[in-house]
Amino acid sequence: MPPVLELKGITKRFPGVLANDHIDLTLHEGTVLALLGESGAGKSTLMNVLYGLYTPDEGEIAIRGERVDIAGPNDAIRLGIGMVHQHFMLVPVLTVTENVMLGMESIKHGILLDREAAAKRIRDLSARYGLDVNPDDLVGDLPVGIQQRVEIIKLLYRNADILILDEPTAVLTPQEVEGFFAVVRTLVAQGKSVIFISHKLKEVLALADTIAVLRRGKLVGAADPATATERDLASLMVGREVILTVSKEPAHPQEVILAVKELRVRGDRGEIAVDGISFEACAGEIVGVAGVQGNGQTELIEALTGLRPVMTGTVTLAGQDITNHTPRTITEVGSAHIPEDRQKDGLVLGYPISDNLVLNTYYLPPVAKGLVMQEEVIAERAERLVKEYDVRTPGIFTPAGNLSGGNQQKVIVARELSRDVKLVIASQPTRGLDVGSIEYIHSQLVRKRDEGAAVIVVSAELDEVLSLADRILVMFDGEIMGVVLADEATKEEIGLLMAGVHPGTQEAA
Amino acid sequence: MSRQKANAEGKSPSRISAAARSLAVPLLAVVTALIIGALLIIVTDETVLAAFGRGIGSGLVQAWRIISKAYGAFFFGAFGDLYHITETLRIATPYIFAGLAVALGFQGGLFNIGAEGQYFIGGLTSVYVGYSLTGLPWFVHLPLALLAGAVGGALWAGIVGVLKAKTGAHEVINTIMMNYVAYRLAEFMLDVGGPMARPGYRPVSPEVQPSAYLPQFFPSDSTIRFNAGFFIALAFAVLVWWLLYKTTLGYEIRTVGQNPHAARYAGINVPRTIIITMALSGALAGLAAPMDILGVIHFMPNAFSSGYGFDAIALALLGNSHPLGVVLASLLFGALRSGASNMQGIAQIPIDITSILQGLIIVFIAAPAIVRAIYRIRGLEQGEELVLTRGWGQM
Amino acid sequence: MDTILNQEKRKARTMGIIFLVFALAVLLLFLPGTTGEQQTTFTFTATKVEALALPDLIFSTQMGLYVLVVVIVFLGAWQLAKGFPNQNLILGVVAGLFVLAFLAWAARDKSMNLTGMLESTLLRSMPILLAALSGVMCERSGVVNIGIEGMMLAGAFLSALIGSVTGSQWWGLLAALAGGGLMAALLAVLAINYKVDQIVAGTAITILATGLTSYFSSRYLQTNAALNTPPTFRPLQIPLLGRIPVVGPAFFNHTFVVYLAFFLVFAIQFMLYQTRWGLRTRAVGEHPRAADTLGIKVFRTRYINVIIGGMVAGLSGAYLVLSSVARFDELMSAGKGYIGMAAMIFGNWNPIGAFGSSLIFGFADSLQTKLAILQVPIPSQFLLMAPYLVTMIVLAGVVGQSRPPAADGAPYEKE
Repeated sequence: MPPVLELKGITKRFPGVLANDHIDLTLHEGTVLALLGESGAGKSTLMNVLYGLYTPDEGEIAIRGERVDIAGPNDAIRLGIGMVHQHFMLVPVLTVTENVMLGMESIKHGILLDREAAAKRIRDLSARYGLDVNPDDLVGDLPVGIQQRVEIIKLLYRNADILILDEPTAVLTPQEVEGFFAVVRTLVAQGKSVIFISHKLKEVLALADTIAVLRRGKLVGAADPATATERDLASLMVGREVILTVSKEPAHPQEVILAVKELRVRGDRGEIAVDGISFEACAGEIVGVAGVQGNGQTELIEALTGLRPVMTGTVTLAGQDITNHTPRTITEVGSAHIPEDRQKDGLVLGYPISDNLVLNTYYLPPVAKGLVMQEEVIAERAERLVKEYDVRTPGIFTPAGNLSGGNQQKVIVARELSRDVKLVIASQPTRGLDVGSIEYIHSQLVRKRDEGAAVIVVSAELDEVLSLADRILVMFDGEIMGVVLADEATKEEIGLLMAGVHPGTQEAA
Repeated sequence: MSRQKANAEGKSPSRISAAARSLAVPLLAVVTALIIGALLIIVTDETVLAAFGRGIGSGLVQAWRIISKAYGAFFFGAFGDLYHITETLRIATPYIFAGLAVALGFQGGLFNIGAEGQYFIGGLTSVYVGYSLTGLPWFVHLPLALLAGAVGGALWAGIVGVLKAKTGAHEVINTIMMNYVAYRLAEFMLDVGGPMARPGYRPVSPEVQPSAYLPQFFPSDSTIRFNAGFFIALAFAVLVWWLLYKTTLGYEIRTVGQNPHAARYAGINVPRTIIITMALSGALAGLAAPMDILGVIHFMPNAFSSGYGFDAIALALLGNSHPLGVVLASLLFGALRSGASNMQGIAQIPIDITSILQGLIIVFIAAPAIVRAIYRIRGLEQGEELVLTRGWGQM
Repeated sequence: MDTILNQEKRKARTMGIIFLVFALAVLLLFLPGTTGEQQTTFTFTATKVEALALPDLIFSTQMGLYVLVVVIVFLGAWQLAKGFPNQNLILGVVAGLFVLAFLAWAARDKSMNLTGMLESTLLRSMPILLAALSGVMCERSGVVNIGIEGMMLAGAFLSALIGSVTGSQWWGLLAALAGGGLMAALLAVLAINYKVDQIVAGTAITILATGLTSYFSSRYLQTNAALNTPPTFRPLQIPLLGRIPVVGPAFFNHTFVVYLAFFLVFAIQFMLYQTRWGLRTRAVGEHPRAADTLGIKVFRTRYINVIIGGMVAGLSGAYLVLSSVARFDELMSAGKGYIGMAAMIFGNWNPIGAFGSSLIFGFADSLQTKLAILQVPIPSQFLLMAPYLVTMIVLAGVVGQSRPPAADGAPYEKE
C-alpha cells in the first residue's frame, strides 16, 4: 500500500530566503510523523504548502500514491488534509457549531442553516473521539484547550484523514498536553494520520512514530523515537554539538534590588494570571523564570514594568515602592526592559535606528534640552551604539523595519543595556534568532550581571534558562512551583516543576 | 494590523532619491486628475460632440479648442495676473491651516474628519472676540481674536480626544457627529434673533472691529483681498514642522501614531498624547476660520459651510502629512479654486469640477499602486509609508 | 469574578439613578410651566388617507405629567430595589415616557396629532434607515463604508436623470441601484485590492460623487428641466392593515420604496443569522483568515457585500428623489448618510437595531418641525443636535456597549 502522503523535493523561496529546500517526507497511514525544528526552520512554510496556502516553487505532492495539485484550502480539504494552525482559526463570537460548519454548511429548506444537523454530527464526533465539546457553546468563552478540540472537530467534520497540528502544545498547560496526547492517540488508533509540528524534544519522543528534523529549510535527518535521545535530536536540530552554554563566572549576589511580595495580577480575560507570587532578585545575579508558555510569565513581567495593573501585593525596586507606577517612573528608578514582542512593543518600525535608540530617553538630557531634541547627540549616540553592539545596518538612519530580526533585537539590547540600570528584565530575549545573535545577547546579559545589575530572564526554552541563569524560578498556573539553583538543578527536576509536580512528592499540585 | 515584514537586505536609498520618488506620485496624481478632468469637459460639451459627428478630425480640433479655452481660463485664473495670484494665495491660507490640522492628526494616528466643525466653532469664538471687544489697539485685539479661534477649535476637537482616550470611542464617528452639532450650534447662534446675530433680518454676526482685521497688503486696491493671514499660515506651517520633528512632544505624537504599544512601553502617556494631538489639530482647524472672517469678510454668516473638512483631508494626504507638503498642496488647491472660478466665468465649466479633481487626487494618492501602474515607476521602500488610521475593530 | 459582579451592581444602580433623574427632569422642566386648568389634546387623525378614527385624547396637562412622573419614579425605585432583568429595555421605556411627558407639556392648551407625528417620523427615518442598512451590509463583512453619502448622491442623481429620460420611476430606481453599486465597486477595488485606508477611500468617494453629481447637475439638469422631472412612486395603502388606527397610516400607507426598505430590514436580518451567506459574511468580518483557511473566498465575499451595500445606499438616494421631492438637488443627501452610520452603530451593526435607531433619529427630525408649529420655546437646533449627542454617548459606552465586527476596517492580506 502506498503511503498516505508523500512530499518530493518541495522547494519554496521568499524574497531573500530559501524557506524550504528540496524536502522529502513520507507519512504512513495510522501513524504520527513529527516534524522537528527551531523556529524559522521552515516547518510552518512546509505545512502551508501542503495546505495550499503557499504554492511551492518546485516539487510534488502525492496522496495515496497519486500526484495532486493543491491550489488552495478547498483542494486540501477535498483531499482529506486538515490543519490546526498555531494561532487558532476560530471566530470567537460564533458558536462551536457555527465555527465547525463554516464553509461546509448544512442547509435545510433550500436556504436555512441547519444548525441542529451540524450539532448532532459534532456531538457524534465528540463522543467517538473522546473530545467532550458542547456544540452550543460560544467559542470565545471556551478555554484554550477546548478551543483546540474545536479545531480538531473542524477537521474531522470535513472527513480529514491527514491532520496537520502546528505547534499544538505551545499554548497548553501540562494537564491539557496530557489530554491532547490522549486525543491524538485515539485519532491514530481510528486510522487517522497525523503530522505533529514541534520544537519540544520530549513531546516529540513521546508521541511520534517517526521523526523528521528540519534546519534552515533543509531536511537534515530522520530519527526513530525508540532509539533516539533528546541529545541526538537537539544536535540535529541546532546543527552542532548540543546546547548553548554560556561562559560565565559564578555569581556573587549582593544586596536585594527587586522585591516582589504576594503579587496578584489579572490576565486579559479577567482571570487571575499571577497568583500571589513573592521573590527577590539581587545585584549580580541572573534569575531565570522558566515555565510553559501562558503560565503567567507575560503578565508578571508586564506588572513589574508598569504595563499591567497590579491587583494586590507590592513591587519594590532598589528600596522604592513601584507598585502600579507608570512605565516611565519604573524606567527612571533604574530598570531596563527587553520586551517579549520586539516588533510590537520594543520598536517603532518606521523610525530610523537612531530614533529607536532613544525610545525611552528621548526627553532626558542630553538627548533633549527642554522641549527640543538634540539631533547631534542622538546621531552620535546611535553611531556609537551601532558599533558597540554590532548592529549590522547600512546606516543609523535606516528604518528599524528594514533590519533582520537579530539586528532588531540588538537595537533593543543596545538601547536597554547601554543605560546605567539596577535591574534588567529580558523577556524571551532570543526567540527566533540565529545562533550568533543568541550568543551575543547572552554574553551582554552576563556582562550586565557582572557590572552589578540584577537580571531577570524569562524564556520558554528550558535550555536557555538553565545555561544563562544563576537561580531559576519555575512558574506554573500563575504560581512559583519552586526555586532551584541552576548548577544544582537537573532538567528533569525543572520539567516536573513546570508540569506542576513537586519532585519528591510526585503528586500533582 | 499589517505589520511590515523585516526586509533583511534592504539598502536604504539616499534621502534625495527617496524624496524625489515620494514627490513623483503626488505630481502624477495631479496631472492624471487634470487629464481626466479634460476628458470630462470634452465629453460633456455639446459642440465637441457635434463636431465629432462631422468627423474625427473636426472633433479633435473642437475638443482642443474647448480644452485650451477652459484650461487657459483656468491657468489665468490661478496665476494670470496680480489679482489672480493674490486670490490663489488668499484661498490657500485657510487651506494651509485646515490641512495642517488633519496632517497633525494623521501623524498622531488620529483621523480628524471634523475640521469643518472645528472651523465653525473657531469662527464663532473668533468673531465674538472680534466684534464684542472695543477700544483695543490692533496688536492686542487681533492676536486675541486669533487665539479665540484656536481655543474654540481646540476645545471642540479636545472633547473627541478625551472620549477617545478615556473610552476608546472612535474619533472618526465622533468628529462627524461634532460637525453636525457645530452646524446646529452656529445656526442657533447666528439665526435671526439668535445670541450672536446682528439686529435686523440677516442671519449673520455683527461686523468685526477694524482693530481685529488682518492687515491688507494692497489697501489701495479694494478688490485684492490678500492679507497678512497667508504669512501667519506659513509661520504656523514652520511651527508645526518644528513641533513634530524637533521637539519631544512631536516625538511623542509621532510615536503614538506609529506604534501606540511601543509608546506605552517607552513611558509615553498615550491617552494624554491623544488628547493633546486632537486639541492641537482642532486649534489649527479653528485658526482657519479667522483667516476668512478677520481677513476677508469681517463677519460670520450663517450657513457658512465651505467644505473645508473634506478638502483638508485631501490636503493632508496630498502633502503626505508633512507641513511643507501641506503648504504646497494648499497652494495647488488655492490655484484650483481660483482657476476653477475663472473657468466657470469664462468657459461655463461648473466649479464643481474642483471636487471631482480633488476626489480623483485622493484616490490616486491613497492608492499609489494605480499611479505607479499607469506610469510604471518603482515603489517606495517599506517603512516609509505612513500608517493613517486604524479601523473601528482594532484600536 | 467578585469585581465583575460589583460592576454589574454598580451599573444597575447607575441605571436606577438615571431613571430617577428622568423623573426629576419632568418635575423641574415641565411641571413648573403648567397650570391646573391647562389641557393637552392628542389627536389620532391620519393626514393623507382613510383609516379608522380613534377619539381624541384630552387630559389635564398637570395630571398627565404627575401620572408619568409617578410611573417613572416607580420604575426607578424598582430598579434600585430589585433590578429589572432587561435594563436597556426599561431605559427605552423610561425615555419614551419622558418624551411623552415632553409632548404633553409642549401641546398644553393645544392639540397635537400623534398619528401625523408617527407618519412623518417614519418618512424622515427612511433615508437614514437605508443608509444604515448599507453600512450594516458593508461593515459586517469587514469593510468600513463612510462613502454612503456619496453613494446616496449617485443614486439620487441617476434616479432623477434616468427616471426623467425614460419617464418611468422603475427605470429610475434601477439606475439608482446601479449608481450606488458602481460607487461601491470603486470602494471595493480601493479597499480590498489596493488596501487603501478604508476611511480615506470612503471620503474620496463622497468627494468624487459630490463633484460628479453637482457637475452634471449644473451642466444638464439645471439647464434642461425636462431632465429633472422624474415620475414618482405613489403611496399604496395596504388593504385592512392600512385602516388600523395610528399604525395603519404610519406603516401601511407608503410607496413601494418604503415597503422595500421594510422588507430589506427583515431580509438582511434573516439572511445574516439564518443563511450560509450570513454566516460566511460574519466570519469574514470577524476573522477573515479563519474563513480563508476553510476555503471561503474573503475577497469575493467582501466584494459582494460592499456592492450590495452600495446598491442599498443608492436606493436611499432614490427614495429622496422618487418617493419624496421628485427632483435632484445638489448635496440633497445633506448628511443623512453620516446619520445612517450613526444609526448603524447605535443599532449595534444589526438591521433591526438600525431600524429602531433610525426611527429615533427620524423622530427627533420630525419633532423639531412640529414644535416650531406649536411655538415651543426650545430652539429647534437643539433638538436636531440630540441624535448626534446620543450617538456620542452610546459610543462612549455610557449606555451599553456597541461592538463592531472585529476585522472592521482592516484590509485582508493573503499570505
